[in-house]
Amino acid sequence: MNTQPRLIEVRQNVLKQNDLLARELRVRFQAAGVYVVSLVSSPGTGKTALLEKMLTIFREEWRVAALVGDLATDNDAARLARSQVPVKQITTGTVCHLEATMVERALEGWNLEELDLLFIENVGNLVCPSSYNLGEDLRIVLLSVTEGEDKPLKYPTIFNTADVAVITKIDLAGAVEFDEHAAHANIQAVRPGMEIFQVSAKTGEGMDELKQFFRMRNAECGVRI
Amino acid sequence: MQVRAIHLKLGRLSGVVKEALLFSYEVACEGTPLQGSRLCIEEIPVTVYCPACDAERALASIQHFRCPICDTPTPQIMQGKELEVAALEIEG
Repeated sequence: MNTQPRLIEVRQNVLKQNDLLARELRVRFQAAGVYVVSLVSSPGTGKTALLEKMLTIFREEWRVAALVGDLATDNDAARLARSQVPVKQITTGTVCHLEATMVERALEGWNLEELDLLFIENVGNLVCPSSYNLGEDLRIVLLSVTEGEDKPLKYPTIFNTADVAVITKIDLAGAVEFDEHAAHANIQAVRPGMEIFQVSAKTGEGMDELKQFFRMRNAECGVRI
Repeated sequence: MQVRAIHLKLGRLSGVVKEALLFSYEVACEGTPLQGSRLCIEEIPVTVYCPACDAERALASIQHFRCPICDTPTPQIMQGKELEVAALEIEG
């Protein structure tokens, strides 16, 4: 019997299952012509508030829907239901991030063909969601003016996996002496060339620019949104 | 047949911390065929493509996505996102 240790090459991604499923989801989304946008941020940045605002404004132009991830409650879905678009809660239990399989399960019973734009709100967390692809076309990372301008430097990985940054609660910028220049510089340091929007879900400031951005994506993607 | 070790490639941008993985490995392996095996982690630095130099460069810091030679900003990551089982060491 051979008792010498031998090395067997594996070269397999630990998150291969998630990546494979995310790829399948992306194919499904593309076939149905739905543009999928995920939102990531730390807890309390205002993902749900921004999402509620976007759903309310965007529904005038597109057929929108949202999946919202939360650890324990369905408060977010209840809030978002006020925007009168299809919303489904994903309760993760103790899991601190969404995975592709949770998205797949939540989509059961929905006809993607009837949607133009689907939002996925991740669990409030700037660490774990960075490792899990959800099949989204666009990942938006949110940063609120109350969090400190150096957040991108503290969590470079998540900022790096995102495509667009949105600075929220801009109506409070003066009160918290938000240093806009530093925040932008820090975002650019960890993700050069990243597009940045500044919005207030409360006052509506910056929402037109955000909507215009989605219109341009629409033009780039042809029939999609 | 016994698994002696797992060789893992871990990128600095994988979102996973080496120490945390090592800490939990022993507990996670208990009662599985991997019980008693070692976890050998090879940390992979982040490299980016610098368009100005037309070359792959190692980043000095993941807070600073610029070419360490010419300081050109670049978001193009070549490696450093790995979370990959490279090999198994088996005996018997």
